[in-house]
Order: sequence, then C-alpha cells, then structure tokens
Amino acid sequence: MLSFDFDYHAPSTLKEAVSIYQILERQGKQPLFYGGGTEVLTLGRLNLVYSDALIDIKNIPECRVQMLTDKHLVLGAALTLTALTERNLFPLLSKTARGVADHTARNKITLGGNICGEIFYREAVLPFLLTDSYAVIAGNEIRTVSFDEVFNQFLQLGKGEFLVQLITNRNDLRLPQFHIKRRKQWNIGYPLVTVASIKKAGTVRIAISGLCPFPFRSKKLEEALNNNDISIESRINEAIQHVPSPILHDVEGSDEYRIFVLKNTLQDVLESYQGGES
Amino acid sequence: MKTSSSPFREVSLHVNGEIKPVLIKPSDTLLYILRVKLGLTGSKPGCLNGDCGACTVNVDGMAMKSCLMFAIEAPGKRIITIEGLKGTPIQHAFIKEFAFQCGYCTSGFIMNCYSLVENYPDANDELITEMLESNICRCTGYQEIENAVKSVLSSNKNLEK
Amino acid sequence: MYIIGKSVYRKEAVDKVTGEAIYTNDIQSPGMLHARMLLSPYAHARIISINTEKAWKIPGVRAILAGERFPLTGEEIRDRPPIAVDKVRYFGETVALVVADNPVQAKRASELIEVVYEPLPVVNSPTEAMQANAPLVHENIESYEKVERVNPEPNTNIANRTKIRKGNIQKGWSESDVTVEGTVSFSPSDHAAMETRCSIAEIRQDGYVVITTSSQAPFMVKKLINLYFGIDTGKVIVNTPLVGGGYGGKAAVQLEILAFLASRAVGGKKVKLFNTREEDLVTSPCHIGLDAKIKLGCTRNGYLKAAEILYLFDGGAYSDKAVDVSRAGAVDCTGPYHIENVWCDSLCIYTNHPYASPFRGFSHSELLFAFERTMDMLAQKLGLDPLELRRKNAILPGHTTPTQVRLNTSNLGNLPACIDRLKEIMKWEEGQRSIQPDGLIRAKGICCIWKTSTIDTDSSSGVILTFNPDGSVNLISGVVEIGTGTKTILAQILSERLKMPIELIHVRMKVNTQTTPEHWKTVASRGTYMAGRAVLEAAEDAVEQIKKVAACVLHGAVSDLEVAGGRVFLKDEPSTGIELKDVVYGYTYPNGNTIGGQVIGRGTYTLRRMTYLDPQTGEGRPGPEWTVGAQGVEVEFNKRDFTYKIIRAVSVIDIGKVINEKAAQGQVMGAMAMGLCFGGRESFVFDEQGRVLNAQFRTYRPLRYGENPEYVVSFVETPQIDAPYGARGVGEHGLIGMPAALGNALSIAAEVNLNQLPLIPELIWRAKKGNQHALI
Ligand SMILES: Cc1cc2nc3c(=O)[nH]c(=O)nc-3n(C[C@H](O)[C@H](O)[C@H](O)COP(=O)(O)OP(=O)(O)OC[C@H]3O[C@@H](n4cnc5c(N)ncnc54)[C@H](O)[C@@H]3O)c2cc1C
Ligand code: FES
Ligand code: FES
Repeated sequence: MLSFDFDYHAPSTLKEAVSIYQILERQGKQPLFYGGGTEVLTLGRLNLVYSDALIDIKNIPECRVQMLTDKHLVLGAALTLTALTERNLFPLLSKTARGVADHTARNKITLGGNICGEIFYREAVLPFLLTDSYAVIAGNEIRTVSFDEVFNQFLQLGKGEFLVQLITNRNDLRLPQFHIKRRKQWNIGYPLVTVASIKKAGTVRIAISGLCPFPFRSKKLEEALNNNDISIESRINEAIQHVPSPILHDVEGSDEYRIFVLKNTLQDVLESYQGGES
Repeated sequence: MKTSSSPFREVSLHVNGEIKPVLIKPSDTLLYILRVKLGLTGSKPGCLNGDCGACTVNVDGMAMKSCLMFAIEAPGKRIITIEGLKGTPIQHAFIKEFAFQCGYCTSGFIMNCYSLVENYPDANDELITEMLESNICRCTGYQEIENAVKSVLSSNKNLEK
Repeated sequence: MYIIGKSVYRKEAVDKVTGEAIYTNDIQSPGMLHARMLLSPYAHARIISINTEKAWKIPGVRAILAGERFPLTGEEIRDRPPIAVDKVRYFGETVALVVADNPVQAKRASELIEVVYEPLPVVNSPTEAMQANAPLVHENIESYEKVERVNPEPNTNIANRTKIRKGNIQKGWSESDVTVEGTVSFSPSDHAAMETRCSIAEIRQDGYVVITTSSQAPFMVKKLINLYFGIDTGKVIVNTPLVGGGYGGKAAVQLEILAFLASRAVGGKKVKLFNTREEDLVTSPCHIGLDAKIKLGCTRNGYLKAAEILYLFDGGAYSDKAVDVSRAGAVDCTGPYHIENVWCDSLCIYTNHPYASPFRGFSHSELLFAFERTMDMLAQKLGLDPLELRRKNAILPGHTTPTQVRLNTSNLGNLPACIDRLKEIMKWEEGQRSIQPDGLIRAKGICCIWKTSTIDTDSSSGVILTFNPDGSVNLISGVVEIGTGTKTILAQILSERLKMPIELIHVRMKVNTQTTPEHWKTVASRGTYMAGRAVLEAAEDAVEQIKKVAACVLHGAVSDLEVAGGRVFLKDEPSTGIELKDVVYGYTYPNGNTIGGQVIGRGTYTLRRMTYLDPQTGEGRPGPEWTVGAQGVEVEFNKRDFTYKIIRAVSVIDIGKVINEKAAQGQVMGAMAMGLCFGGRESFVFDEQGRVLNAQFRTYRPLRYGENPEYVVSFVETPQIDAPYGARGVGEHGLIGMPAALGNALSIAAEVNLNQLPLIPELIWRAKKGNQHALI
C-alpha cells in the first residue's frame, strides 16, 4: 500500500516515452521510468521512493528484445530475470540473476530495474561489468555507451533518460566463468558477498556485490589477483587492500566478517580456474 | 498530456475466466483489488513486500506475487486466483499429504505449485526447490508440501505413459 | 480402537485449499473504518510534543488518538499504556492511532503526525538492565496495579523474581566432585506467524462491544476489556475465525484494545486494525530473549548433585505475559533430570526491547538451550558420553521436580525409553563426530526435553454437543483453530466415544464467546487434554439423555443400553434398538406423542489440584503432567568457512497416545522447524540504540523450502491415565530441544562452546577467533 497516488503511462515507443517524461516534468511532476515495479512498490510503501507519474517501459518493443546478432547479444531492459534465465543466452547472467530474490519475484523483476535500482546489491550489473558490454540509453537522443564507463557505483543516467538495452559481445558470453553468492545463513536472500568472474585472455576478472553499498569491479584488485608470481593467499591479501570503502556492516554481517567471506570466495574462484574450467 | 484529477480509472480484469469491470487507482496493488474490490480473499497479505508468497496468483500462466504488481498492469492479462482452481490434483494432494496447518500460506503455496506442475511437468528437485523457495510456510516442516508436489508430478508422468 | 490413531483429514481442509477459509482480515463490510498506527523510531525517549494538525488535513480522517491517558494494561502488572504517553520504551511502540475511511488515508495521515522526542539512554539487554547504574525502563513500578503473586522490585528493572529452593544447595556442592559453569544469551526474536495480527471492533448502540480478532485467547479478550474499560463481560462478544498461526504470539491481548479505543473514538463504528509485517514483528509482542548462568555439580561418576541457575528473561518494555513465562522457566528450570539440590532465580527483566508474549514452549526452548548446553559442557569435562550422562540422571517416577511435585508413571512420560530410541535412530554407536572424505565434518548433538504447562489454576474448557435431525452431531468448543488441528482431534475423540463415523461429526470452527463455551486459551498444548476431557463428558451427558428416551421406547433399563454406530440398542441383544435420528430430537410414537427433545450434551473440565508456587521455595503444583522426549540434530560443518547444513533432525517424544498419526507428525515437524529457526537463524538484530534492524522478512528469515533437514519423528506411548485415551500434550515439544541440540552438534563440530543464538556462521567464526562480542 502506497501513501501516494500517481498517474500511469504506458508508452509503446521510445520516443513517446521520452516525450511523456518531458511533458510531465514541465507540468511540475516527478515522473519515474520503471520496469518491474517491485522496488517502486517495496520502497514506495516505506516512502523511500516517490513519484506522481510512473512511466511503464514494458510495452516498448525495444525494451523487450532478447536476441543474438552476428556479433552481439541484445537484451531489453524490461525483460524479466526469469525470461533471461529461461533462454539462458548469457550463462553468467543467468547464474547471477538466479541468485536475485526468488523465482516468483524474478517473474516480475526486470533487468533494467535491477541495474537502475536503489538497492545496494544490483547483482545483475556484475556480468556486464566483466564483459565487453554496452548500454543503450534513450533520452533526447539514443546513445550507446560502454557499460564500464557509464556504470560507476550507479548507472549514470541523465535526467529523463532510461535504459533501453544491454549489448554484450558474443565472444564474451561463454568464457570460463564463475559465480558465487554467499549469504548469512540461508539459500536465498540478500548476499554477504556475491562474486562474479570470467577469465579472458588468461586474465581473471572479478566483480563484486554485497561488499560495498554498490557493485564494483576494481582494476587494481584484479591486478593483484592476477599476479601469478606469488601464492594465491598472498594475491588475495594484496587484493583486499584494493576493496573500495565503505564496507557494509549491517544485519547481514559485519565488515570484518565480510572480508573473511570475500577471502574464501576469491580463493574458490582462483582455485577453480587453476583446476581448469569451471 | 492530459492528467485527470481523479486518480480512479475503470478497467476490466480477466479473473478466473470472467471479465470484471473494476474501479482502480494506479497505486493499488493487484492483491488489494482482488481482495477488497473483487472479494477474492483467498490470496493473503503476509508481508506486502514480495517476501512471503502468501499473495501468489497466476498471471498469464506464471506465478506472480500479487503484492508486487500494480493492478493497472493487469488489464489484458489472464489472472487465476486460488478461487479459480476447482478440484485440481494439487489441491487434493495438499489435503492428502497434510501439507498445511493454519492454512494461511496455503493459497499462495498452491498457486505456486500449480504453476510449477503446469509449466514444468518434468521438474527435478533443483527446479522444485528453486520455485517453492519463493513462499514461506511457518507451520509445516515443508516435507509435507514436498510430498504433495511430487505426488502430483509423478502421477502426471504416469498418466502420460 | 475405532478411529483413534488414524490420520483423519482436517475438518477444515477443503476450505483451506480453496481459498474459502476466512481469517479476520478477510472480513470486510461497507462503512468499516480503518486504523493505522504511528510507531516510535526510538527504543527509549521522552515524548516532548505531538502535533496532529497536518494529519487532520487528510480527507477521510475520523479520529487521531495520541498522547491521551488510557487505562494501563498488562496481564499481571498494569504497566503498559495502550498508546504511549510521556515516553516510549521500545522501538516500534505505538505512539498514535489514526482512524480513517480507508487504509491509505489512515497511513498517509499517520505519516504526517509530528512527534518530538528526547532520546534517553537505552537498556539493551537484561544483563545491562541489572547493572547498578542502569537507566530505569519504568521509574515507578511500585505504583502499578498488579495481581497478588507478582513482585516488581522498586528502583530496579526487575518485574518479578521466582525462586526455587529445593534441597540444600551447599550439600549439593559438597557432594560434587566436578562442577561446570555455562553462560548463555540470546536476543528476542519473533513468532512470525504468516497471518499478521488483526482486530476489528465495534461498539453497538445497545452497548455491546463486538470484537473480531485473530487471537488464541478470545475469552481473555472478553475479560480484559471488562477489566480495563468496565464493560460488563456479558456485553463483550469476541469472535475468532480461523487463525493463521499463533505459536503463543496471539495469546497476548494488544490490537483488540487499540481497535476498541479506535471504535470508541468514532462513536462505536466498526474499525479494523491490521498489522503490517513490520508491526507484527516489533510492535506486537515478540519471543522473549534470555541471559542465563548455570552451574552444575556432579559426582565423579556423573550423578548430578547440584544446580544453581540464574535466568534473566528479557521481558522487554512491558511485563505482560513475560512474568508468567519467567515463572514457567523456574518451574522446569533444570531440564528432565533428577537433582536433589536446586537453587534457581528466574527473573523477568524490563529492557528497551519489544515486549514478550508466550512463545511455543513457554520458556522451555530457552531454558533448555542454557541447561542442555551446560550439560554437554559437563559431559565433556567428565569425559562421559553426553547421552550416557543424561540417561544416568534421567528423571523417573518417584523423583520430584524443582517445585517438588512427586512424579508417577501417569504424570511423567518415559524418558529412558525416549533416550534409547534416539540413540538407535541417530546411530549413536557410530560416533558423534566424523570427518567425511570431502573434508566436511559430520557431528551429532542431542538434548533431552520436558515440559509441563503452567496455566492458571482455575483454567477450564467447555464443550457443547447438539444433535441434528439426521442423527449427526455438532461439536462446539472454545478451542481456536490456529493450525494445530485440535478441533479435528476433538472430533476424533467424539467419534471414538460414540463409535460414530467422523463424517457425521460437524465441527464449528469459529469461536464466538457468547455462544461457544469457554476454553481458557488455545495455548500450552492443552487443547487435546482439557477440551478432550470436556468432549468426553459432553458425550457422556448426551448418551445419558439418549438412553433415557430410548429406555422408554425399548422398554428396558438405561443401564441395558449402548450407543454406537448411529444407534442405541440393547447391549445383550444389539439387533433390538433404534436409530439415533429417531431419538435425538425426541421420539415420536405412531400416534404423535413425543418424549424427549433435542439432545444437547454439555461437558466442562477444570484442571484439578493446581496450586500457586510458594514465594520462598517455589514449592507447588504448577501443571498436570510432564511430557518428556529426546531430540537430536546432525550437521555437516565446513571447517574452513564455518558454514553448515542441518542434515537430520530427530524427535522422540512420549506422546502418551497418538490420536491422529499424520497430524501429530506434522505438529512435531513444524515445531522442530521453528526450533531450528530460533536456534539457527532468527533473532532481532539490535543496534546500540536498541532499534531493530531486521523487521522484514527480507532480512528476518524463517526457513524456506529446501532449507529444511530431513525430519524424523518417533513416538513413545506411555499413557497419561486421566487424559483422553491417554494422550499427552505435544504441540510444543518438537520445538523445545532443537536450539540446544543444534548448539551441541555445532559445538562438537567446531570444537568450541557455542552458547549464543542464533547459530549463524559469523557467530561460529567469532567464537573460533575467541571474540564473543555481539554482531553489531
Ligand atoms: C523478495 C525480493 C528479494 C530481493 N533480493 C534481491 C537480491 O538478493 N539481490 C538483488 O540484487 N536484488 C534483490 N531484490 C531487489 C530487486 O532487485 C529490486 O526490487 C529489483 O531489482 C527492481 O527491479 P524492477 O524491475 O522491479 O524495478 P522497478 O521497481 O521497476 O525500478 C527500480 C528502479 O529502477 C528504475 N528503473 C527501472 N527500470 C529502468 C530503466 N529501464 N531505465 C532507467 N531506470 C529504470 C526505476 O525508476 C526505479 O527507480 C529483491 C527484491 C525482492 C522483491
Ligand atoms: S504478501 Fe505478497 S509476497 Fe508477502
Ligand atoms: S500452514 Fe500455516 S503458514 Fe503454512
């Protein structure tokens, strides 16, 4: 139950969506693009999100594509996490998505919503941080930008912009990869630490959620992990020096404990690559 | 852009095989409309936060937490609630296997199980777990629910043979 | 047996799988108003001012209750204002109540109430509460009205102290060769029933107060509304439809009072108050926490000689039922062992935590965690097998309890038999700890349980049976169907007694305190025993009436007749008789003359010979019988990251007599699940300011499908002679040993004493590091 009312708009083209936003804004409204609406509802009922005009992007065809081209995988932002995992075109994304919430909720949660949400974890971000990926963003114009550049703690969207698609290089879809989600004590639910990883051109890449209030990939941390001259243990000890701050310290676990869990998880990742494929 | 002053809108919902005209506000959840406007109180509020599954219904063939869906998103979709199931095998199995006690989680659990047996007749243990962990039952030990679901899945398989 | 022992389906089964089952919040009517609470964001703060001006501007607002002094409430000590005044004492406490035309308006308005607080120092645990300079949660406890047997200690945070002084503790120590001391603690948690609490109240023009509520204690609601507000008990009508899980949490009376006040504020109109999940977790009463110290002494051979026990129960901000919980903790303070010298102080402590209500097991899972962890520590010190230590000291007929009740083969189950069965099921001879080929550690932990029900000495239960013209029977009892299936069990008891098919017994599910005979409260695993006895008495009464009429018709003596299979007939000549349908509405002769009338059987049962506890020694008879059992948990533990999986959980319980096999198994499995949740994962996480950080299912996480272990349930049957068909209470017992068994298994696995709950990997990691500090 929400304390606030809003108008509801369901544009069927990108253009329409953008212009509705602009008109609403001119009318002094606080419009919000949305996909699954799960965060709007759950944070909205606690008054942590507010809008008086929701723009539902689910009816825009571009936001619902899920296709492989010669070179790329194209995923619409309004695809549900279930739709992604069922087709399983990007296995690491499927694995990561399957760690989010629960199956029924994933029938509603969208890729774009998870990436653009407020929640610290935003786990669906991880595979895109690791691969050669691009975000297609609609606003006054439609721009395609490297995901790596446009994602810095949050997806850097301008006012009135929304995420349309994610494009990933086909070559990166089936690299050796690894995903592990560690929770406080349970099989589903929020992470203590989620680590997603691929190995590309002999180099291990790592992206992490749950450790900090945002998902991240750190080049320095990766450099340390790839320093094959020293033992795995030393590499990990070096790597954790490069974890950005702050480290979460909350109901899921203390900061100290999260580091302990991270160390173990990194060890699992490195060992799994050493043992060959994952 | 026209924005009407009244938040209410008249829409038609397709629920349990019937078309129901109903007055909704965009901010109403599907759960609220089902229970309060349509009197279908079988779907239960357990958290209103997407966490417990007590409100689970079936939307276009898929399990859906009706507290996580705006009613305004529902027109044009086929909704089945627990009241729309009549003597299905999964309902019988729940009785036979003592798969509930207080019954409060039961509508949601059955609706989720219903989607499972309809959509994934070959579900293995892993998939069964993945789907059923969406709901909380506080009374049973889940063993009874597992027996109920598996009895339906296996009897369906036997029928096919 | 005709039907006892059979797995009869629940009487309300079809309603529950079709969505037709009605719970309180499903009831709606045009014109019904809706109430919403404003909650305190502080655990302890003075209320400086409350401004409702903006809230009043929301259309549809009918009343705002805030800052007003209503009668104080509380079951033993009247310490709780229904809506906070002057100060708030826990995070989530009700500060204001808004009544509006619809729930959204009420919510919106509640959010616009402006309250200015001045934060006060917080009492964040019972141990803190006991410190000399601790802030006082209640400044003037001596001024509160209270019942006679409770003794708040002025200028402290002690709401009550129950003392057990059995034997001579000094003698016990002098006879002991080995002693061990255990310190145990855990924070409050919650029942987390899937149905959040809901109450609807209306004050009719004729002065009748009608309350519909999801409660385990509708008759208590009636009494308390009378006590607090002076409404004649006959004018208070409480309805309880099906209840979506209680586990003790709905035995406390809270929302009913608020709904009543809300209705009164709007001229008696019907008002509904429905808890959000967040409110249900923290605002409504929760599951008690505990800090405990146990010292045990035994001989070299492992015979217990002395037990010195301190229980500091975390009653939270208001004492309500917590006093009684702490008293029950004293009654069975030792666990099921023969110990001649016992010294125990069980205290109910005020803190700035959400206040406590009963929790399935009523203090027993809590105290057993403390006691049984210490027993394992003792076994380790002695170098004795922990199961052997328990078997040696197992309580037996002829022994006495801590309150000095002499036990016999009827009021006590057979503990050694349970231990032996557990040993077998758990393959104890294969060892308690082993390393698997994959490096994981398998470990088994066990514990023994016992429980009596310390319920009011005058508690009673009534049953009415009315017959239908077709010879079938309506069974009307005040037991609330909270999920335990008790009403189906009652039908089975009646079916057995009348030798009548269960299909011909119609059970009224709803309770209405005006038309349903009283059943004290649906708690304490007492439904089957007390209401079952009442059913048997009512059946007797009905049978007498039937026989009387039939005796005339059949020209025989009443004593010649028998009722069975839907007929009444001559015992020695069964073919001579008449069908029940021809007598239960009176018998009509061919000429029209009629004798008798509708048969209405009535029965009531009151517990006999219960006494209060002696204030100095605790001596007294607090409950009718002790159910015993032995439980075990097997875990697979990862030494590297301290994660673990519960593989199996086992319960062997002396149930007296199984009435409904599958229902009994289900009750025990469900209880075990809840016990494992309490032991392994569920607890409120408090910050330093006493705020609960995890008041949602997103972060407060009950077990889910697939996280459950394999459950093994086995019953021993030692009949309790005065119980219906010998059946003992069993609704709670599956729960009460689980935290201890889990703690014992993990302590063995991790090779470190784990004396806190919940047993999450981070806790084990901390214990291994030698850093026992709380999480945050
Ligand atoms: C039971 C449950 C458990 C959960 N557990 C996890 C978990 O373990 N890990 C995790 O990562 N998350 C978890 N979540 C949170 C979940 O990730 C969010 O609710 C979800 O990601 C939001 O997705 P949505 O499509 O519903 O987003 P919406 O509610 O539609 O939107 C969320 C936000 O993103 C914006 N937005 C949505 N789509 C776009 C777009 N295309 N372009 C620009 N902005 C957009 C909206 O404006 C809004 O601010 C859980 C949620 C639930 C209900
Ligand atoms: S009420 Fe919808 S998931 Fe709990
Ligand atoms: S039957 Fe009570 S919660 Fe599932």
